Parts: sequence; structure tokens; C-alpha cells
Amino acid sequence: MKLSRRDFIKTNAIAATATAAGITIPGVDRALAESRDTIRWDKAPCRFCGTGCSVLVGVRGGRIVATQGDPDAPVNRGLNCIKGYFLSKISYGKDRLTMPLLRMKDGKYDKGGEFTEVSWDQAFDVMAEKWKQTLKEKGPTAVGMFGSGQWTVWEGYAAAKLMKAGFRSNNIDPNARHCMASAVAGFIRTFGTDEPMGCYDDLENADAFVLWGSNMSEMHPILWSRLTDRRLTTSHVKVAVLSTFENRNFDLADIGMVFKPHTDLAILNYIAHYIISKNMVNKPFVEQHVNFRRGMTDIGYGLRPTHPREAEAKNAAKAGASEAMNFEDFATYVSEYTLEKVSKMSGVPADKLQALAELYADPKVKVTSYWTMGFNQHTRGTWANNMVYNVHLLTGKISEPGNSPFSLTGQPSACGTAREVGTFSHRLPADLVVNNADHRAFAEDIWKLPAGTIPGKPGYHAVLQNRMLKDGKLNVYWVQCNNNVQAAANLNEETLPGYRNPDNFIIVSDPYPTVTAMAADLVLPTAMWVEKEGAYGNAERRTQFWRQQIKAPGEARSDLWQLVEFSKRFRVEEVWPEELIKQVPVYRGKTLYDVLFANGAVNQYPKQKVADAHGNQYLNDEMDHFGFYVQKGLFEEYRRFGLEGPKKGHDLGEFDAYHQSRGLRWPVVDGKETLWRYREGYDPFVKTGAGVEFYGKPDGKAIVFALPYEPPAESPDDQYDLWLVTGRVLEHWHSGSMTRRVPELYRAFPDAVLFMHPEDAKQRGLRRGSLARIETRRGKIEAHVETRGRNRMPTGVVFVPWFDEGRLVNKLTLDATCPISKETDFKKCAAKVTSV
Amino acid sequence: MNDRPRNLNRRRFLADTAKTVCVAGLAGLGLSFYSNRSASHTAQALRPPGSLEENSFLGACLRCGLCVRDCPYDTLRLARLEMDVAPGTPYFVARDIPCEMCDDIPCVKACPSGALDPALRDIDDARMGVAVLVDQESCLNFQGLRCDVCYRVCPRIGEAITLDLQHNERTRTHTRFLPSVHSDYCTGCGKCEHACVLEEAAIKVLPQRLAKGELGRHYRWGWQEKDKAGGSLVAPDQPHRYHLPDSMDYEHGGRGLIPREKAAEATPFEHDPLSTLNRGMDEP
Repeated sequence: MKLSRRDFIKTNAIAATATAAGITIPGVDRALAESRDTIRWDKAPCRFCGTGCSVLVGVRGGRIVATQGDPDAPVNRGLNCIKGYFLSKISYGKDRLTMPLLRMKDGKYDKGGEFTEVSWDQAFDVMAEKWKQTLKEKGPTAVGMFGSGQWTVWEGYAAAKLMKAGFRSNNIDPNARHCMASAVAGFIRTFGTDEPMGCYDDLENADAFVLWGSNMSEMHPILWSRLTDRRLTTSHVKVAVLSTFENRNFDLADIGMVFKPHTDLAILNYIAHYIISKNMVNKPFVEQHVNFRRGMTDIGYGLRPTHPREAEAKNAAKAGASEAMNFEDFATYVSEYTLEKVSKMSGVPADKLQALAELYADPKVKVTSYWTMGFNQHTRGTWANNMVYNVHLLTGKISEPGNSPFSLTGQPSACGTAREVGTFSHRLPADLVVNNADHRAFAEDIWKLPAGTIPGKPGYHAVLQNRMLKDGKLNVYWVQCNNNVQAAANLNEETLPGYRNPDNFIIVSDPYPTVTAMAADLVLPTAMWVEKEGAYGNAERRTQFWRQQIKAPGEARSDLWQLVEFSKRFRVEEVWPEELIKQVPVYRGKTLYDVLFANGAVNQYPKQKVADAHGNQYLNDEMDHFGFYVQKGLFEEYRRFGLEGPKKGHDLGEFDAYHQSRGLRWPVVDGKETLWRYREGYDPFVKTGAGVEFYGKPDGKAIVFALPYEPPAESPDDQYDLWLVTGRVLEHWHSGSMTRRVPELYRAFPDAVLFMHPEDAKQRGLRRGSLARIETRRGKIEAHVETRGRNRMPTGVVFVPWFDEGRLVNKLTLDATCPISKETDFKKCAAKVTSV
Repeated sequence: MNDRPRNLNRRRFLADTAKTVCVAGLAGLGLSFYSNRSASHTAQALRPPGSLEENSFLGACLRCGLCVRDCPYDTLRLARLEMDVAPGTPYFVARDIPCEMCDDIPCVKACPSGALDPALRDIDDARMGVAVLVDQESCLNFQGLRCDVCYRVCPRIGEAITLDLQHNERTRTHTRFLPSVHSDYCTGCGKCEHACVLEEAAIKVLPQRLAKGELGRHYRWGWQEKDKAGGSLVAPDQPHRYHLPDSMDYEHGGRGLIPREKAAEATPFEHDPLSTLNRGMDEP
């Protein structure tokens, strides 16, 4: 009996119905048994956003033949968005990279040569030679790595360990720097520890939702479905939406507000002022759990120091500084943000601002705030994060069901990998940082390293890496699991000159020939998603594992394999000074592989069969190659940072527990998950009787920061008269390297368009469908005008999504960052639009 | 119909039935050999914006091809002899290339005969057909997934296609966003059918005559009539009064019986005396 995929699904449905009805349908049992033999189903988190939906992956004959939303996954309960629907196709783009490719001329590496197929051995030979030569000539600060919030947990961990301990370079940063560094800095400044206190269950418990620069309807489609359901099924629930243009969230908004770019800072201060002036401060909460501080102002824009805008700033060098103040001073500080003034600044009608403030102020309304790139990609992104916590802390609306300031993440493992394992240039695993000697000593102890191995100075962050490549100070650079030439701001002036600088050697690991791969010197073919065993951590602190389902094509290897295998090329003498080696003489003559990975801890779990509860067998290519359970060894070593480290509340469960569950929300203590942090009863780390304890801070108190409105780095003027905003669309993931290779998704949104107001178009002799030139001080691109559709722009603001490698909008953007978080503001620069 | 393979599917059946109807309508015109062909018109073949009603269109169209020439997106094609569309007439297939709804409607401007009505000035007034969600069973959104591609590509998003929100009874925590087409606004451009990610589109643009039902003339939608009139067609009732125990209120035409406890408890004061004290004298 031959079953097509459709028949199979139907048969299953019939069987399920029949079972429920207690009847047997002839032939169905047999059909099901046969089809089970041929399709094996196993769970995996979705490859795309930070929501963390789970799917079941169907494999037959070594190929993914189908997926289905996992009906037992708590986040999505069987649902997917349209990207998730096409997961089975993302591995099968026709141009998968299957061999290492090196730029060569006359049989040798040449920066100006053509990409030529080479073996892994040849690739690693050239790579190791470049690495060694650079380390010898210029030291560890001249090598670097750019990683990803889409790395698996152990890939990020292995990369951080290889860079920080092996090569003794803190020049490792993830693309998450572009995505939620401001959220991190906000968490650390306000609470002393990273990641949200709440979880997705807030969606079913809040009375009001406020979306600040979060286009959840497109970017977190399944969470939006939950939020909508709460609004739909509970009559008193209200939804407030703030954005610089009308997106699809406005369909559901009770209070929809389009504000002038950057004035969210003023609105946040107005709300704080409203709460105080109406006497709605939760005084007992504030007295027991909150300190007040005044933040440093005039902190610049994270531009190059030579940029005029940066040179003007008085306090760029001490952007993160603050001083203590009291509640009364804070009240005076925000009192200048009156309704009239803020309404005028923001362009939002006063009655709407007041209605918004009242949601926060009313003690009977449980409020959950969501934000994503609107806050984070902001030259005052850290402030915006601090300021939304201000209003939650003033009212005590925090750390309990429905009362939640919640930073949504964009990437599937921005939390689980980029943040939690410490792949940032200043971080170590489990909230530790490199510039703290105790933290370094703790890490060196776990890693069995001589004291002083990890350098104490933070390395180059993402934006600085591109500048240092251009300036010739960073010379060997490995990019894994992201497409930063397309993603980083100011491509023409900063990114590309660095990649093509003749002094530099650029290595890019990717499954597909991306724009970044095109700019590289060596391209390594990479196994993706379920072609390897993996783990992701989503926005609600949920860690989810998957097993390897299929083999990668050709010679493609996982990032993990690449990192660990490459470490075999270095003896400690080649990377460490003698004073380190003599502390641990047994390391003499050993390779980095021996010291970092075959160190008695990571390699302690021998090769085993990987099987599920039904007895199905799975591949583990890394285990086969290295001879031990690499993923388990890395995870169990990493887990010690949370269990034993100086920062409490980062406990993870045992490796095997995750393969047996659809994710666990950390801290996991005694096998139990934590839903709301810092609240007694929910969080095992809060002392009995404390009620609430922000234990990331030494005195257990969170901080309300007094911070002002300051103008953006670049605003429209006579010459460049429009605001340019960039962002995503539902159909495509990030740079489109996966989703644009799915024909149906490509067809659904083929090319980036220029969303603009019809009046703005008309004034420039354009209309819907016309080809327009979009130009900034840094570059120009062309795109067709769209005056209708999903995004309704106000006059003066245009939007271009960045997924389209045929229209690289980051040629236009400015590399201005939040000076504290170093995250780029992709939402604001000055542009002009003309007819082509 | 009788020289075709026997395995007629439902869609083909509908199309052919429509053809038969058209043939009947044209029989008197005395057209030769392919008169039935020229009259036939498959459900997938849509006419350009501003097309007259099909019979008038066929009479007026000169088969000159100027509209096809001036279509900037190569949407329009000329029917060939072997097709089910009258040869030489312009048509488009939404699933292949939909109408991009040009603001200046070049196809209509190009038409020398008025087969494409020159009175069509605003492309939003075009009615090339009507989108119909023909298969709810395969539509991803009807199952609760978040596709809604048809909605987001709709040039009249929020008007021609809206998402009707329905609680997902299966997951209990999600919403089903049901695409719903409104023929008052749908131009039949076909962007939705073109973009539908399924292997066979679940939403299709059909000619008006196939897509639309018609309400019996003996009936009116009461609430719409009331809206149109700006109020009740019959004078509103006098206030209703009821025999009720003290604990109950009754809201006519609304919530019905309401326990009064909450109303009885209400006073102009907050629970916390401080909030009364701090309110001050000027805000009574």
C-alpha cells in the first residue's frame, strides 16, 4: 500500500477519529503501521524567531519530507507561522554549499582570486597559517569572530571558549549585538541580571498590553495569536500600540499611536510623571524594592570618535555612569514631561497619551509591555529599556502573572546562546563578565586553565569589529551563522572596506552563498538546523533541544565541528605565553583541542547511541567524528557556570532532561521550572518573607533611572528630508538566505519595496509601482514604491525591509549606536527619495 | 463537454457549466465555427480592469491587443485559438501574473473601443472578479496557523480582505485569523491567489457571476438597513420597566438581567483613605 504525504496525514486523522470513537476502520491500522516505518517524527524548535515554536520533523530515507506544528508544544500547540510552515524546505535550496571554497590564483590563496573548491584540510591549513601569523605579529587583538543568536547553545559555548580561552581574544561578538544588546544593558543596569522576569503565560494573565516598537503581528506571529486571543475572549482587555508608522498591530489596537521617531523617550517620562502626579505610585513597593539614580547625559552616538556628532558629545567616555538620587528628585526630574509638551513633541494626541498612562497607573490593571527592535535599535536603546522598567517599578507591576515588562527577542537563541553562554565581547557564561577578576578566575577554574588566561579587557563589539577591519587592526576574522555584510549598518563606508581590506583574511561559514560569503576569502560549507544536534533558548528562558535528523549535504559540517576540529591545529605554545604554560606544565606540547575539549570534562561522556523513547536511532556526526558525546560534554561543563557561579539564578537542568521535554524555563531547580522571577513563591531564589527580591543587585533593589529625551544621531533636513526606517516582514527571516530560497515565500514577498505615504510619493513625481532611488549620505539603492499594503506610513517617514540581497538597505543606514549597549539604530537616519 | 476526459473535477464542472450558459446566450448571434469557444470563458481567465459585462465586452472588443501591449507587468495576454477564451481577447490568469492595479490604468487608456470602460478612473472601482476562499479545509489560517499572506498582499488590505478573529477552540490560547473577502472592495486583482503559498491556491479570484450569491429580494439585512437609515426604521421603544427584586437590574436590548450588588457597593471613594486625602480640594 503506497501512501502519499497527504494520504498519510488523512489516514492519521481518520485513525485518530476512529480511535476516539472507539471503532476500527479496516485497512487503516495497517496503513498507519507501514507509513510509520517510513516516516520518523521527532521534535525540534523552529529555526526562525525567538518565539520558540516547536515542530515535528518527518524524515524518510534520510530526507525531511514534512513537518507539522507540534500539538504538544506549550508555546504554539501545533501552530506555525508561514515561515515555520516551510521549515522542511529551508535545507534544500538548490545552491547549498557542499565544499570549502578558497579564493585562489595559480593554485594558491589570493585575495583577488576566484573561489575554488578545496578540501577541509587545505582550508584549515590556510586558515591556521593566517591565524598563527597574525597572532605572532600582532597578538590576540588582531583575531576575531562574529557569531550568532542562531548558533546552538554548544556552538556558542565552544566558540566563546575557543576565542576567550584558546586564542585569548575577547574579540567575539554575536549578531545579537544588532538585536538585543540594549535589552541586555537595560536588564543589567536596572536589575543586575539578564533576561525577562516574566514568561509567555503573561499573555493569558494581563489586562492590558502595550507594544513599544514591536511589530508583533508580523515578527512574533504565534505570540500575536495568543495576545489576540486574550483580547478577543476577555472583554476588559485593552491593547495599546506605539510605532513610528501604522503596522498590522493597529488592527487590534484600542489605543493606536504613531509617534515621531525617537520621542518614545519623552512618552516614557510623561507616563512616569503622570503616575507620580496622580499619586498612583506603589509606595510600599518602591520603598522596599527600588533605588533611584540619575544617568549620565550627552553620551554621544557610538560613532567613530572623529565624527562631528561624536566629537560634540561631552560624556561619551562615561556613557553608562550614574549617581544616586531620591524619589523626590526623580519626581522633579520627570515633571517637565507634561502632557502638552510630550503630545507636541511626539505628535500623539493628548487623550491617547493620557489613556496609555492611565493603563500603567491604574492599580487594578495588570500591564504587560512588549518591545523589540523599536526600543533596542535606538541610539538611546538602553535608556528606553531602563525607562519602561521605571513605569513598571513605580507601580510595582512586575514579576507577577500579567504584570510584566517583557523584552521579546528576534532570534531563536539570542537568549539561549548569545546571552546565556556569553558570546559577547565583554561576557562569560551565566551573566559573568570579563572585566571582573573574580568572574575570570571562576571561568578559568571551570575550564582548568592557568590563572590569567582570559584577558580582562572587553574585545571589539560588532560595530567596532567592522571599523577595526577597515582600519587594519583586526586582520583574521571568522563569521559563523549570520550574514553581517547584509545586516550591519553603513555597508559602503564601514563593512565592505573591512572585508576587502588586503591586510585581512575573512572566513565565512554558511549553508548558502550569502552576500557575506561573497565578501569572504574562505567559505566553509555548514550544516544547518536539524543536520546537527542542537539546543536553542527562546525569549521566555525556555531551553529546547533537538536531535540530528538528517545528514548535511556533501562536505558541509556543523559550526561545532568546525570550531572543535580547528582547535586541533594549534599547540598551546603557539597561542599562549610561557608564563601561562609553566603554571600547568602538563599542557606543554598539547593542542587547544586537548586543553579545551578533550580536557577530561567535555570528553567525559563516551560515544553512545542516540535514540528516542520509541527506540528510533539518530545520527550524531560530531560524536562519530570526535569519539565522545561533544554536545553533552559541552553542555554539562557550561551548566556548572549556572550552578556554581557567582551570579545566582541561572540553573539549568541536566542534558538528558531536555531531550525528554519540550523545553524547560530556567532557572531549573530540583527539576522544577521558574515562571516568574524575583517573586516569592514563583522564584526559588527569593528569600522567604522578602516578597520580591531583585537579587541581581547586591541590596536586592532594582533601579529607577532618571534619563532625559536627547535627539537622534541624524534627523531629516532640507537635503535628506525623510526618516528611513528598516525592519522585517513576516514572510522572510532576517537576510532572506533561507526564506528567499523557498519558492512560495519568495513569491509571497519577492523584493523589498519602499513603503511611503502617497502624498510623499506624489510630491516626488512617484506613484505606486514606480521605481524610486533612495539615497542617504552613505549610499543609494533603488526599489519600487508601495503606497498601499501592510504598512501605512505617515508623511515624512519611509520603510524598507532588509531581507532582500538585491536591495541592500544597509548601504543607506548610519552606524550610530546606543553608546551603552553598542547596538546600532537601524530605525532612524535621514534619506531622500527621487524618481529614477 | 462530451469530448473531454470523464474525470471532471468540481472546478472544471463549474467552469463548463458557466460556458454552457454563455453559449445559450450567444446562440442567436450567428457566429461561426468557434462561436462557442469565443463565448466560453474559464473561471481562471479574468478580464482586464473596466471590462464591460462579458457579452458586451465580446461585442465591443476589437481584438487589437493594445491593452496587452500597454500592460507594464505583462499581466494581460491575448487568448489563442486553442484556448477556452474567445481568441484574440485580453485576459489574465491571477495565479500566473496578477493585476498590479496601476494608478493610471494604462490598459483602459489604450482601449480604442470602450470594451474597457473609459469611465473607470479609479482602479479601486475595477471589478475584474471577486476573490473567494474556496477551500477552508486547506487554508492555513483556518487551521490557526499565521500565514495570512493573502491578507498582507491585498492592495486593499483591511477592506477587501479582513481577518475575522475567532477563538481557537483546539489550542484554547490562540486566535484563528480567518481571511474574509468583501466584494464591495475587492477589485479581483488576484494578488491573493497569486501569493497563496499552498500548492493549489485556497483563495481564488472568480468572475463575479460565479463568485457571488444573491439575497432573495423578499428579504433585507435588518442591521444594515438600520445603519443605512441612521437609526431604527420604527420609532424606538418607550423606556421599559420591570418587576425586579432589589438585587437585580435589567438592561433592555443589552445584557439583560444584571445583579445589582456591584452598583450598590459603589461609592465615590477609593478603598484607600489616603487617596481621598491626597486628592486635594480642587478635584472633588
